[in-house]
Formats: sequence, structure tokens, C-alpha cells
Amino acid sequence: MPDSLPSDSVGLVSPQTIAFESPIELACGQALDRYDLVVETYGTLNEDASNAVLICHALSGHHHAAGYHSMADKKPGWWDSCIGPGKAIDTNRFFVVSLNNLGGCHGSTGPNATNPATGKPYGPDFPVITVADWVKSQAHLADHLGIRQWAAVVGGSLGGMQALQWSLDYPDRVRHAVIIASTPRLSAQNIAFNEVARQAITSDHEFHDGRYHDHDTVPRRGLMLARMVGHITYLSDASMGEKFGRELREEAYKFGFDAEFQVESYLRYQGERFSERFDANTYLLMTRALDYFDPAYAAGGDLSRALAPAQCEYLVLSFSTDWRFPPARSEEMVNAMISARKKVSYAEIDAPWGHDAFLIPTPRYTDIFTAYMGRAAREVGA
Amino acid sequence: MRSDLEIIQQWVNAGQHVLDLGCGDGTLLDYLQRERGATGFGLEINQEHITTCMGRGVRVIEQNLDTQGLDNFDDGMFDVVLMTQALQAVRRPDKMIDEMLRVGREGIVTFPNFAHWRLRWGLALSGRMPESNALPYKWYNTPNIRLCTFKDFEALCRQKGIRILSRRVVDGHHQNSWLARLWPNLLGEIAIYRITREAST
Repeated sequence: MPDSLPSDSVGLVSPQTIAFESPIELACGQALDRYDLVVETYGTLNEDASNAVLICHALSGHHHAAGYHSMADKKPGWWDSCIGPGKAIDTNRFFVVSLNNLGGCHGSTGPNATNPATGKPYGPDFPVITVADWVKSQAHLADHLGIRQWAAVVGGSLGGMQALQWSLDYPDRVRHAVIIASTPRLSAQNIAFNEVARQAITSDHEFHDGRYHDHDTVPRRGLMLARMVGHITYLSDASMGEKFGRELREEAYKFGFDAEFQVESYLRYQGERFSERFDANTYLLMTRALDYFDPAYAAGGDLSRALAPAQCEYLVLSFSTDWRFPPARSEEMVNAMISARKKVSYAEIDAPWGHDAFLIPTPRYTDIFTAYMGRAAREVGA
Repeated sequence: MRSDLEIIQQWVNAGQHVLDLGCGDGTLLDYLQRERGATGFGLEINQEHITTCMGRGVRVIEQNLDTQGLDNFDDGMFDVVLMTQALQAVRRPDKMIDEMLRVGREGIVTFPNFAHWRLRWGLALSGRMPESNALPYKWYNTPNIRLCTFKDFEALCRQKGIRILSRRVVDGHHQNSWLARLWPNLLGEIAIYRITREAST
């Protein structure tokens, strides 16, 4: 527990729940009559509401992107390294909005919320949500906050997909889309990993076809396995090697199947912790949203044609050791942007941490991000 | 502004789509964007330059010309492709020029003249690889691995059927001098060529 908060922290923050009472039509054909979004904001919205930045979260993310909820918090928000006074997303200049997406399990309407039709939690009946649905709900959030146009929509991984989708669905409402460690569509291998994760969850005996709440249980083991396999894809061979190598927990082999290697106990620990705080139905939804994301699909697979409506300027960043969404996938996106004559800048950042690198403030990443966002701020007089 | 950049900007028309190969810190593109309303990109591999470009609003793509070429750019998608002081640093300048004129209608190329009298004199007298303002490196650490003379470049253009639309010659301080205009291959240190594959109209 910190006695005092770092000076470049947004400090103590508290989330707010915003209720949306008009229905939202979803890509799957269903609609939600009403929904809540849990939101945190940092910084101050300027007079003409031109300095707002939207943070889009990744698979297991949520609204708490920066600062601390209490002095007892061990860790700040998940992207505290990039959001705060003087940081890349400078809260002295920008008004930053971060939310828990629809279908999430951190307070926004999702499978754990009460289904008005039954008076019980939605569980598996919660509609499958797409990236475009999220963007639509975020647009309603922008309306609510009085934000006509975002100075920037920013996200890593699945968050980057939302930034891309924003630029296509609401072209005049985005000045800059910052797409970090992302991809224009999942590969077969990406979908395969998601499928393993989903199978881990749905084959857990405690899953009960998603109605585990009715049985006063949760599929902890399935979630743990899902997180373990996911976690491997977030790291690189080199970073795992450096962190654990072949290190054993005790001195010699025990010729059994307990967690003997450090990497095994690390993964188990990560999986267990995750299974305590995350909802299984949400995990299924989030991975499906990833699988379905493919803005080029409607344009016959031609991404540059799909990009036609975009008006914003793009910053695309990739990381050298990211094998989940490798630099080549970002370059595919950049090349489509070039073909479509969009304004785009791109850099591949050398970092050893695999996909997770987008959460870690390496000097070059910070420099580029800060320089780019600094200009985005100047453009709107922030 | 450096006088070579001054000359180049006069050859770019308002609103043109420009690709700058090895755009450095983006000085030229920044100027073209602001003063000429040009659009386009710079390609660069120097990390600090890339950051500077991003901070000043020059669109820059991290791309290595030697290993990645220009495959990701469509035919004829640019009005002008610029390459200032980088032709001599790529592995295959001949292919680079072909690619420039594939993706752009016109190319503007600047490079140092290895036949400048001071370099000829230096080599003749000392028997050592010459150094100059335009070429301030040792033979073993120079990025300039494909040095040529103005005559060499013009011979290559002839061989490829490339038309030279304009040529300007400046000295090592990027100044325009009448002597360099008179005997360019002897007295000019840096040349600026404007080239195209299109037939004359």
C-alpha cells in the first residue's frame, strides 16, 4: 500500500455507473432494452469538448485504466503506465474516458446482470456482442458525456479493434485512432487458441451450460485453464525464458505431476487469480467478439475498400516479439490504409515481452506515443 | 531551409500526393504539407527521426527500403516520390529508381557527386578514400555504399529510358554556384534530379 500516490498518477478515482434507458440494437439481431455502462474519467473536459480521449479495453480489461480506488490498492489501473499527468495520454491536457464494455463483468450490463424478462441473471442468454456493438454503445456514451468528436480513440489488442471500428462506423467523430498490438482480423491460429479456452470453460462440470449461478457455483477450473492458455499467448518465448527458464521450485525432480517448474506454478497462480475475478460467460463473449471481428468481410475481404469511409488519422504500433498479433498483422492493416489513401503512421517497437508489451512502458514506445498524442492535443488546443 | 530542399519544394505542386523515401526528421514533408498542402508519407528507419516526425504531424512509416522495398505501394499512387541523400545508401539504387517510378509519376533524387574535383584531387594526392562535407565518413563506416557521379546517374537513366526533367547542382553547403552549373560533374557536390518515365507531352 502506497503512503502517498505517485505525482504522475491521476490519484484516487471512482467509477460511475451510467444508465442508458433506450434500446440498443445488436449485430446478432437481438436488442437490449436498457443497459448500464461503468465508466471512469480522468482530467477535465474542455469548453468545446474537443479534448476527449476514449480508452478501449482488451479481452480481460475494464474501466479502471488509471489511478487508485483507495490508498489500500496494491496496484493502479491496468494502463496507468500510459495515462496520467505528463504521461503519453496526458491528463493535464486530455479528458480521458474509460469504460467496462457491454457484456463485461465489472459492472456494465453483461451476463451477470439481471435479465428483465426472467428476473434472474442473463447468464448464457446474454446476446453475443460484437466489436461494432461496443462501438455503438460507446457512441451513446459519448452523446451522454456531450462529446461530439473524440480527439483520439485508443486501444491495444481487442481495444485496437474498437478504435479501428470507430473510424469506420463514426468517421466524423474520431480525429485520431491509435491501434496498438492489434490485427484487422484473427488468424485461424488465434481462433484456435480461443476455442481451446472456450472448451476449457464449457467442459468444466461446474459450467452447467452457462447457468452456474443457478447452481451456486462457477466453473473456476475451466476459467483457470482458459486464462493459462491465453496467458501463454500474451508472453514471448524469450520473456518466459528470462523470467522462469527451467527453474524448479525445489532442488530436484520429484518424478510426479505437481507444479515443479516455476513456470507451472506461475501459470496456475495467474489462472487461479483470474478465475476468482472474471466471469466465464463474459470470457466466452469476449473471445467470440475477437473471432468475429473482420471489418473487411463486408467489403468482400478487401480491407482497403472497407476503410473507405474513414476520415481520421491512424497511428499503428506493433511489437517485435508479439506472436499473438505479430507486426505483420499490423503491417497488413497499415498497407490497406496506405492503399485507401488514409493518413497513417506506423512503427514496430522492439520489445521482448510479446503481446503484453503494449502494457509495458519501454522508452521508445513511450516516446512515440507521447509525441503522437502531444500533437493530437495541440491540434485541439489542449 | 537547406537550398536543396528549397529547390525540391519548388518542384512539388499544390496538393500533390508525395512519398519521401528516407524522410529523416520530416523537415521537407512538414514544409510541403504546410506550404503546399501536400499529402503523403515518409519512410524512415531511424528511431529518433520517426518519433520527431510523429510529433510534428508528418505521417511516417517505419520501413526498411533494402529489405522491404516498396511492395506495399500501388502503381502510380503518388504524384512525386522523393529521395534526398539516400540513393547512395541503398543496396540496389537501380531497382530503387525503378520502384520510385512505378509508385510515382515523377521522382526527385538527390545524391553526392563522387566526381567532384575535391574528391578526385584528394584520392589522387593522398591515395586514401576521400572525405568531404557531403561525404563526411570513413570508408569502413560510411552508409554510402553505392557512390556514383552525375555522369553515372545520367547514363543509368538513359539506359533505363528515364527522362531527366530538370537537374540542379549545388555545393557542399547546398549553395547554388555558377561554376557548378558550368562544370557540374567536376564542381558540383550535390545534384538534384527530377525524373520520369512518362513520355514528354
